[in-house]
Amino acid sequence: MPENHARVVVVGASLAGVHTVRALRAREYAGEIVLVGAEPGAPNGVAVDRPALSKGYLTDPDPSAAPLLSPTELADLDVRLVRGPAVDLDLGTRHVVLHEGRLVEFSALVVATGSTPRTLPGVEPRQGVHTLRTLADATDIRAACTPGSRVVVIGGGFIGAETAWSARALGCTVTVVEMLPTMMQRGVGPVLGEAFTRRYAAAGIDLRMGTGVAGIEGSDRAEAVRLTDGSRLAADVVVLGLGTRPETSWLNGAGLDLRDGVVCDERLAARGARDVFAVGDVVRWRNPRYGEDTRVEHFTNAVETAGVVATNLTGGDQWHDALPYVWSDQLDSRLQVFGRIRPQDELHVVQGDLDGSFVAISGGDGALQGAVGFGAVRQLMPYRRLLASGASWDEARALADGGLKLPRFRSQVGL
Amino acid sequence: MTWIHACTVQQVPEDEGFRVPTTPPIAVFRVADEFFAVGDTCTHDEFSLAEGYLDGDVVECPLHMARFCLRTGKVLAPPAIIPLETYPVRRDGDDLFVDVPERTDDR
Ligand SMILES: Cc1cc2nc3c(=O)[nH]c(=O)nc-3n(C[C@H](O)[C@H](O)[C@H](O)COP(=O)(O)OP(=O)(O)OC[C@H]3O[C@@H](n4cnc5c(N)ncnc54)[C@H](O)[C@@H]3O)c2cc1C
Repeated sequence: MPENHARVVVVGASLAGVHTVRALRAREYAGEIVLVGAEPGAPNGVAVDRPALSKGYLTDPDPSAAPLLSPTELADLDVRLVRGPAVDLDLGTRHVVLHEGRLVEFSALVVATGSTPRTLPGVEPRQGVHTLRTLADATDIRAACTPGSRVVVIGGGFIGAETAWSARALGCTVTVVEMLPTMMQRGVGPVLGEAFTRRYAAAGIDLRMGTGVAGIEGSDRAEAVRLTDGSRLAADVVVLGLGTRPETSWLNGAGLDLRDGVVCDERLAARGARDVFAVGDVVRWRNPRYGEDTRVEHFTNAVETAGVVATNLTGGDQWHDALPYVWSDQLDSRLQVFGRIRPQDELHVVQGDLDGSFVAISGGDGALQGAVGFGAVRQLMPYRRLLASGASWDEARALADGGLKLPRFRSQVGL
Repeated sequence: MTWIHACTVQQVPEDEGFRVPTTPPIAVFRVADEFFAVGDTCTHDEFSLAEGYLDGDVVECPLHMARFCLRTGKVLAPPAIIPLETYPVRRDGDDLFVDVPERTDDR
């Protein structure tokens, strides 16, 4: 039986929170919706779409970024936007506590507080050291990356690599420092990571792989980065691309199960609580696809979890078992990853080659596990369908070798 | 409104669209023996839907998985929120014509 929630309160007004309120109305939820926004630097507390912030927003001559919800859409959706942050949760009386002590009662709660950039332990924040999450962060980085300035990006994951490429496009001298032996190893595995490392180096970015950071020098502003291999990199701008941690600090002690995220079941309902759900970067859920607890910090997961929770709040019963997907812009082209690339899996390049556009598939435990495309949006699609259908590894390879109908490579038009 | 010659029936592939280089571009799709013309650019992010994944009368943008109904232009899956423009299609023998609005200079 559909439960009738009089008031759904969504805490966090970024991708996952905004898509939750849209999806609720799309499913004809007619009750009240309160959205608590606290995005730093945003006048109404609503975030902008983040992916552009490490890409076009840094490099476009005249960039713009609008909040994910316009005043018109807010009115159309009949959503009450209130200013956060939320500082506490009372599960007994079903209230969210806002920063000024104001209480917001809920019949259902959706936690959409996302994640926060990690910083370097023991390194004090100071001028010239940036993290990249908000529009304000991107605006600061853009202003600091004047032609000729020396930029050190710490962390060579997707966002670190994108930021390094953007800084180079702005005319800076760029170094990337990464603990792992290659760039983007967590995202695409060692073989493809190695290929990207080679290509970034060839494109003129100074890469220090397999190296840690010992410290940042400079008293009131950053002057240099000291590495664990003893070298010293003079720097005008330091960008930390160290990944994020889930933002659950406001929920400490509230009685939810918090272990690297809000721990939820397959339906994204918080364990040990009633009518509490979590969406986006902050949810750690029991993923039926892999039979393990998973947390994902990517765009599509935020949109999909919002849809699942909206369904479950309006009388439906849906599990979140979507095929994982992430895209990133690398080296002026588009990287897409479906499924998962695990270190122990085999990897085959099935189209193109690692110096140009390519499609690669990975498999293990007898199954096709992941598919990666670079500059190959259409060519990747059949493999996505194969992954979704649960193809075996042998099947996937046989098809790649012959039977599968593969679309041709079109002339490359940028992204 | 003006009827323009978009393409021939043979130019429209089975499993993807044909991109007509108008401003803005239009994508023509075949669904069984019907033809549909919609705005080619995904309303969420810049991508040509003619290169999208066609499933019945639904097209999916391969970048961020937004889905649109080819009959109505309606958004069927986020992240898109703005519907696609739809254009009437007329078939004359092997030729397909699309009815496009008069270009006005104030847009
Ligand atoms: C620079 C950058 C580039 C990216 N590029 C890509 C990409 O190319 N592809 C991809 O798939 N993904 C990308 N991502 C990841 C994607 O943007 C995130 O997965 C997505 O933003 C997650 O959305 P979310 O709503 O769960 O969390 P968030 O975006 O982190 O938003 C959480 C919101 O909650 C607010 N909040 C936090 N605490 C409280 C509180 N106590 N009370 C009220 N509000 C609170 C925050 O201020 C924030 O507004 C990128 C991210 C960044 C930063």
